Order: sequence, then C-alpha cells, then structure tokens
Amino acid sequence: MVRIVPEIIKESVTNLVKNGERTDGRAFDEYREISLETGVIEKAEGSARVKIGNTQIVIGAKPQIGSPFSDTPNVGVLMTNTELLPMAAPNFESGPPDEKSVELSRVTDRCIREGKVVDLDKLCIIPGEKVWMVFLDLHVVDYDGNLMDAAVLGCVAALMNAKLPTTKIEDDELILDYDNMIPLPISHTALMSTFAKIGGEMIIDPSLEEEEVMGARLSVGITEDGSICAMQKGGERPLEKEEILKAVSTAKIKTAELRKLLP
Amino acid sequence: MIIIITNTNLNSGTETSERADNRAFDELRNIKIEAGVLERADGSAYLEIGGNKVLAAVYGPRELFVRRLMQPNKAVLRCKYNMAPFSVDDRKRPGPDRRSIEISKIASEALTPAVFLEKFPRSTIDVFIEVLEAEGGTRCAGITAASVALADAGIPMKDMVVACAAGKSDGKVVLDLSEVEDKEGEADLPIAMMPRTGDITLLQMDGHLTEEEFEQALELAINGCKIINEEQKRAIKNRYGD
Repeated sequence: MVRIVPEIIKESVTNLVKNGERTDGRAFDEYREISLETGVIEKAEGSARVKIGNTQIVIGAKPQIGSPFSDTPNVGVLMTNTELLPMAAPNFESGPPDEKSVELSRVTDRCIREGKVVDLDKLCIIPGEKVWMVFLDLHVVDYDGNLMDAAVLGCVAALMNAKLPTTKIEDDELILDYDNMIPLPISHTALMSTFAKIGGEMIIDPSLEEEEVMGARLSVGITEDGSICAMQKGGERPLEKEEILKAVSTAKIKTAELRKLLP
Repeated sequence: MIIIITNTNLNSGTETSERADNRAFDELRNIKIEAGVLERADGSAYLEIGGNKVLAAVYGPRELFVRRLMQPNKAVLRCKYNMAPFSVDDRKRPGPDRRSIEISKIASEALTPAVFLEKFPRSTIDVFIEVLEAEGGTRCAGITAASVALADAGIPMKDMVVACAAGKSDGKVVLDLSEVEDKEGEADLPIAMMPRTGDITLLQMDGHLTEEEFEQALELAINGCKIINEEQKRAIKNRYGD
C-alpha cells in the first residue's frame, strides 16, 4: 500500500526547514528523546528495547552452535534479521522481508561488522567444525521514522548485554555450561547517525513526517575512535559533496553523544 | 562425531507434589496489562503474565484490499499471531508456521463474537499479536491483550474477551499452566470467554482428563478469566479514567 503525502504537508515541512525550524521544534542536529533498556527479554541471551521518539524496536541476540563458513573456518557468524511488523505501521504487511526490511538488516549488519563490534575470532570453538552463530533479531513494533539509528543503537546494546555459556571439550563431546556464562566478546562500539535532506538542509534523526517529505537520506556509521565504518544513501534525489562532508562531521559529534547511552 | 550436551537438560524432572513456582492450584501467575503502548496503531496493549510478554495492536476498521475476503454486510476480523525469534530458548525461525497459523485462526474466532462487525460492512479490523517472550499460555495472553487493544482502538464491543488456561499437572487440576507444567503436565485446556454473559468463545484441549476433571478444570479456567478480566478493565481505566 502506497501512502500519498499531501502537497500541503510537503510544503509546510519544507518551508519550516528553510526558515531554520522543524515541525516538532527541534534543532537540525537534535535527536528526539531516546530511551534504551537492556535485558528486557530473559529468554534471549542478550536483548534491548530502544525508543527514538515514537519509533520502537525490540532486539534479541541469540547465540547458537553452528558450522563456520568454509572460507572462514576460524571465525564465528553474525546474522542480522529484521521484521517490520504489521503492527508497527498501517502500510507494513506480514510476509517475507521486503526491500526496506532487508536494507535495514544489511546496513545494521555492515555497521556492526565493519565497526568490529563483536570479536568474531573469539567465537570459534573448534576450528572448521563448531563456532558460535549470533542471531540478531530486530522486531520493529512502532515506526515513526529513523529506524537505522535505533536499530544500530539497540543492536550494539543487545550485543553488549549478551552472555554466552562457557564451552569445554572433553573427549569428543562439546559441553555447554549454562551455569557459567561469559559476556559476548565485544571489542569496539559503532553507532549510526541518519540525516534527511529537506529544502537543501541536512537534518538529523528524521521523524516519519520528515522521512515522507525528504528527497534523500544519508546514514553514517562511526566507531568510537571516530573512523567511518558504514554509510548508506537513500532516497531518490541526489546529494552534494559539501552536504555529505557536513553530515559526516556532524555524525562524528552526534554518535559520540549517543555512545553515552550505552551500558 | 561431536555431541552437544547442555547442563540445563539435566535438572528437569524434579519430584515435588507442590507446583514448581509455589502457586496454589487456583492461583494465577503475576499479571500486568497496559493499554495504549504504541503510537502508530489505532489501539494497542502490552501484557505480562508470569514470564510471558505479549504486545497486541489493532488497525481498523479500515479498507479491505483482499476482495475475496470482503463481506458485503459486515467487517472481517483478521488476527495474526507471531512469535519473535528470541521469545523462546531455541531461536524460532521467523515467519508463520502451522502452530501460529492455527492460533491466528482460533484467536480471530475467539474475538469475533464480541465485536459489532455489522457496523462496518466491507471493511477489516486487523489484530496483531506479537509474543516477545513465551513461558506457557501465550495464546491466552495474546487474546486477552488483543481484546484490550480492540477496546483501546474504540471498536464497539458487546464485552471484553478474556482467555485463560487450566489443566492437569502432577495429577492435580491446576489453573494457568506455566511452561514446565504445560510441557510435562497431563492436560491443557485453554478457554476464552465473555465474562458478562459467560459465553465461551474458544475452547481447546490436549491430553487426558476424566469427565469430572474436565468439569473442575473448566470451572477453574472460568474463574481465572474473571480475575484477569478485572485487570483488563483496570488497564482501560488507567488509560482513559473511569
């Protein structure tokens, strides 16, 4: 189902931005209220519930024993999967993941993987045979814009919250000790800031209304030492070089602020 | 050959005559219901009972795009029950399976009798039940939450629908089976009802019960429903005042 945005809303949102204002009174580089809780699902080894404004995602991290990929026999596996639940928005439908959902999974995965959040080398149990496979499942329950930043923030928090049973090998048996849990090996943190281009301006953390009006979108993933680890442009309209560079430098400052929310 | 052993498999089968969580035979697990928890949905509710965490959301009445389902004289109530991959001990593969499809069907049939569908011809009311964490009795939790979400959406109803299970565990007829009691017990009897009239809108059973035990279990479940119904009303009152 396609939602048509009324011209009058397009115009009013764009004109506000041109006057240096936003519909909800935020500054161009100001996030909505963010809340982040971890350990919300006891049955998941790691979990988090993140809210940015009215956008809400519940994330569970579940490790399982599996076989490594043949080209990386000594490395654990990280799998990211998103469900844009039909309860989250009137135009979301149940069924296999659509483009929007796959893009969100892949961009989140890229930011976490390239940001070296999880030390995948340490997830190897028996080289070539058994490794930990960590499944990150994102359950989007309420959609009010800017899923990317919420997804990455929540995923990093869920991974930092995750525990693994200790493993030992006796004879040919792999023993998982659920009484002695160890934290998932985390080496870095990476977070993402997303900008929407409206009326020639780049505004951070677009709300749903702003996303519907924007011409283009840019998401920038930054690690804790300030290097860029993932980017994704979205939307039908082009971006200019200066806009991109400005977004990157703002993202560096803003992701550093977001990092303070992590446990 | 590598055999995977987990030490959690070893501590099952504890021999006690009492219930594992020290509840009386007619005692419910702790329950908490909150209405209006989601922004986008027309109505929503969050419910916790024991270790279950369930979200329900309602959209509608809205236009029905699947023409073959359309009813010329009334709305259709469609229900989708879904479990989060992280809601259970071993990750569940995302997407519908036979179990969730069946529960979706019986949940919509449980809720339908309470709703004045004839007020909205040719439209749909969509109910989504998301199990975030499962600990036995998710279908009942889902239906109970869905009814609160329908009320939160302002959908005209004859009564709330409330669901609860009773069953037999360790040879005793007990109310509101936990996950362990459900798995290791002898019988499970989930029901849903409209408490004002006492009409039963869902009834399932698996396991073995004598006729007397069935009567006892049904009586227990009906009483359980009445208690949970008070929590449903409280959730709506908390949101909208008396």
